[in-house]
Amino acid sequence: MIIFHESMQYKTLVELSHALQQRECSSVELTRYFLERIERYNTELNTFITITSESALAQATAADERLAKGTSHALTGIPIAHKDIFCTQGVKTSCGSKMLDNFIAPYNATVVEKCQAAGMVMLGKTNMDEFAMGSSNETSFYGSVKNPWDTGAVPGGSSGGSAAAVAARLTPVATGTDTGGSIRQPAALCGITGLKPTYGRVSRYGMIAFASSLDQGGPLGQSAEDVALMFNVMAGFDERDSTSLNHPPEDYTAHLNDSLKGLKIGLPKEYFGDSLDAQIGQTLEAALKELEQAGATLHEIHLPHTHLAVPVYYIIAPAECSSNLSRYDGVRFGYRCENPNDLMDLYQRSRSEGFGAEVKRRIMIGTYALSAGYYDAYYLKAQQIRRLIRDDFTAAFKQVDVIVGPTSPTPAFNLGDKIDDPIQMYLSDIYTISVNLAGLPGLSIPMGFVNQRPVGMQLIGNFLTEARLLNIAHQYQQRTDWHKQSPPDLV
Amino acid sequence: MRWETVIGLEIHAQLATNSKIFSGASTAYGASPNTQACAVDLGLPGVLPVLNEAVVRMAAKFGLAIGASVASRSVFARKNYFYPDLPKGYQISQYELPIVQKGLVNIEVDGEEKTIRITRAHLEEDAGKSLHEDFQGLTGIDLNRAGTPLLEIVSEPDMRSGKEAVAYMKKLHSLVRYLEICDGNMQEGSFRCDANVSVRPKGQSELGTRTELKNLNSFRFVERAINFEIERQIDLLESGGEVVQETRLYDADNNQTRSMRSKEEANDYRYFPDPDLLPLVIEPGFLEQVKAQLPELPNDKKQRFMEQYGLSLYDASTLTSSRELADYFEQTVNESGSEAKLCANWIMGDLTAFLNKNNLEITDSPVTTSQLAGLLRRIMDQTISGKIAKQVFEALWSGEGEADSIIEKHGWKQVTDSGAIEQLIDEILVNNPKQLQQYRDGKEKLFGFFVGQVMKASKGQANPGQVNELLKKKL
Repeated sequence: MIIFHESMQYKTLVELSHALQQRECSSVELTRYFLERIERYNTELNTFITITSESALAQATAADERLAKGTSHALTGIPIAHKDIFCTQGVKTSCGSKMLDNFIAPYNATVVEKCQAAGMVMLGKTNMDEFAMGSSNETSFYGSVKNPWDTGAVPGGSSGGSAAAVAARLTPVATGTDTGGSIRQPAALCGITGLKPTYGRVSRYGMIAFASSLDQGGPLGQSAEDVALMFNVMAGFDERDSTSLNHPPEDYTAHLNDSLKGLKIGLPKEYFGDSLDAQIGQTLEAALKELEQAGATLHEIHLPHTHLAVPVYYIIAPAECSSNLSRYDGVRFGYRCENPNDLMDLYQRSRSEGFGAEVKRRIMIGTYALSAGYYDAYYLKAQQIRRLIRDDFTAAFKQVDVIVGPTSPTPAFNLGDKIDDPIQMYLSDIYTISVNLAGLPGLSIPMGFVNQRPVGMQLIGNFLTEARLLNIAHQYQQRTDWHKQSPPDLV
Repeated sequence: MRWETVIGLEIHAQLATNSKIFSGASTAYGASPNTQACAVDLGLPGVLPVLNEAVVRMAAKFGLAIGASVASRSVFARKNYFYPDLPKGYQISQYELPIVQKGLVNIEVDGEEKTIRITRAHLEEDAGKSLHEDFQGLTGIDLNRAGTPLLEIVSEPDMRSGKEAVAYMKKLHSLVRYLEICDGNMQEGSFRCDANVSVRPKGQSELGTRTELKNLNSFRFVERAINFEIERQIDLLESGGEVVQETRLYDADNNQTRSMRSKEEANDYRYFPDPDLLPLVIEPGFLEQVKAQLPELPNDKKQRFMEQYGLSLYDASTLTSSRELADYFEQTVNESGSEAKLCANWIMGDLTAFLNKNNLEITDSPVTTSQLAGLLRRIMDQTISGKIAKQVFEALWSGEGEADSIIEKHGWKQVTDSGAIEQLIDEILVNNPKQLQQYRDGKEKLFGFFVGQVMKASKGQANPGQVNELLKKKL
């Protein structure tokens, strides 16, 4: 018996998994269903760079065999989309850049391997800001992604493609990466749930590096429960990543239904200043009331170095990226200019032609910050202040269990609004950036709408408290239905 | 004007691990181009480095052997520059906090001992190779070598001559081979040396401008290059010029150094701690373990040889210059129960001469320690004379068998029968009446003539000592 109609897109991972396990539908059918939606909507939304229909169906067939044999995992047969920053063997991996437009990854990222081992079915690679640098998915070589809620608006970035794809129900779940907010901010702007784990919780092997001390891969989905299930697959130690945490992961679904009684929520004074859109402030207040009703208490806290987070980030991240992107030189792989005259010409033209403006901007800033005579004043100083930012959180977590605030200071802005004003663009990350600097886990969940565009609430926890964050989110989502809503035009 | 030379050396020793410093690819020499470079070595998008523990062990061994402090916490840093044989566009090295700090090495030059201070030694990855010939206007890039572990050893500018520099380099070369952390093969590039050379008026404490000499891939080249450079700098300064701080390459064909690039234009490497690697923390327990596994070090062995075997400083130094040679010597002494000096002479003399002529190392010697021991025993028990022994040695080298069978086969036993010798002497004296008369008239030099004649007549087998004695009597 096949249950197959439009409502399939709204099914949660638990429901889909159940349907597959019970053989109510097959993975091949499910995969075809999502591939068909992608075909219908991708041209307009531009969420995918590569759609891997053939291999998806092959993977789905294999998944069906496992499901029949009973050797399956909870997520076997479930389709997934990977941000085009994860190396996928034999499949183009572009990182949203002309520089890697011709790059077919010869190996799989650990995250991809883990999803494959669980029997998930890859639908394709999602669009993203070039080399993960951006907050609007407008810097991609493959064109901007549109926000499914309002195609005149940005979806957020850099994981804009993944967030939009989940929001538009073109895939049940997706992977993203977050260096300064690139999972959480697009999740908020697209009305979905996104998790940036504790630094080191998810392997970075095969995840093309932007800023090594800040990057983390994580799941995006329709709900905290879905994200928890995905996170179970993604989390874990990897000996191929020296910064990977050698600490056993947990079952992140185990505590979803814990009570929130006695939960102490910290509200940083510094988050509620003038730059916060008033309506977002109000939406957040309503959300906080829900949490209070669930048994939590609210407390004002201080994170005094908050105002330094963006400047610190925009020294450290570009510095690390300027070094990480040196390997893109036209010599061994990737874009190479035509008819280079000599080595210098090869380097200069390959890189000038292969990289977009934002990437070049950050490479220049980063090179400057590390250069002789400036290292101490910029990079070293920024790292020292970073420690102070982390200490703010350490002190706060002595008083409260979780810190809550808005994910983004504004709802989704219009395409083209900020792309010519980098500083304005950078300020979109004002609430998310400190979390990466401190290495803490952060979760964004939908909490309402402002001007018909989704807005999100961010939960920040102490190291390795993802289960708790997912629990709080899940309890909130039991009481509210923001996460159940989807863009009206896409049916 | 009297000038003083100031020299510091930077030595890169390839550590003899099986796999690379940050990946599992093989470090074996001589593979086809680009067959020993994995994704990590190629710097592909998304790859990450993972430190090889054996590398740390070897660096710690070195640190302990030179009496240095092995840092309990050291940090890997990125050295950023663009070159096609550097895949990531940066080299993972160590900058502010190296693994080994402040050690000492003793050298001997012209019988005098001197201490050279080592500032630091740090770990880093090697780059690939650029091959400028064979590709018609292009350069071939072989990345097999990319990621091979290097220990960069930096000395203080304590050396004052090319000779001292070479002595230091040889000492380190021997040490790393003793420790089995590097094979020291300079032709294959496992042991490389750059020299920093400057001159200053004698008595001045301020250092002169220095130049960096590269492409010094043999001990001989190091000495020559340094000597040339010293002369060049002195000539320049004495004619009113200035030394430019720059890198110069040694041109072995013309025995001169040539300017490569000015240090002023040199890269700003923009060092910063590598965020893909954790700080290297070494626990005391680990160091204790490494210490316990240290072999007898060259200096200690040299001392012991002098005391235990009564050898001179020169002999002890020569024999301990390589672990294999020292082991060969000791084994021969043990197996022959012979006088150490006799052993030493034969090893440093005939054996070394034959090895050199045939371009062989001691480990490839066709004459084994027991074979040499057999020969020495027959010298000691007077079965053969020293002269005959040389012929026996040659036969041993050619693989004719053991000393005893060779002596037997050729009938080379020494004639020690006084009667037989006297007979020979009598014959010689009868056949050479003129010289006999001249000798008796006072031409004492002719004694050697008679000795020679007797030895010739006996085909070298007469015991020289007895010949001398008996001749004296008869004359």
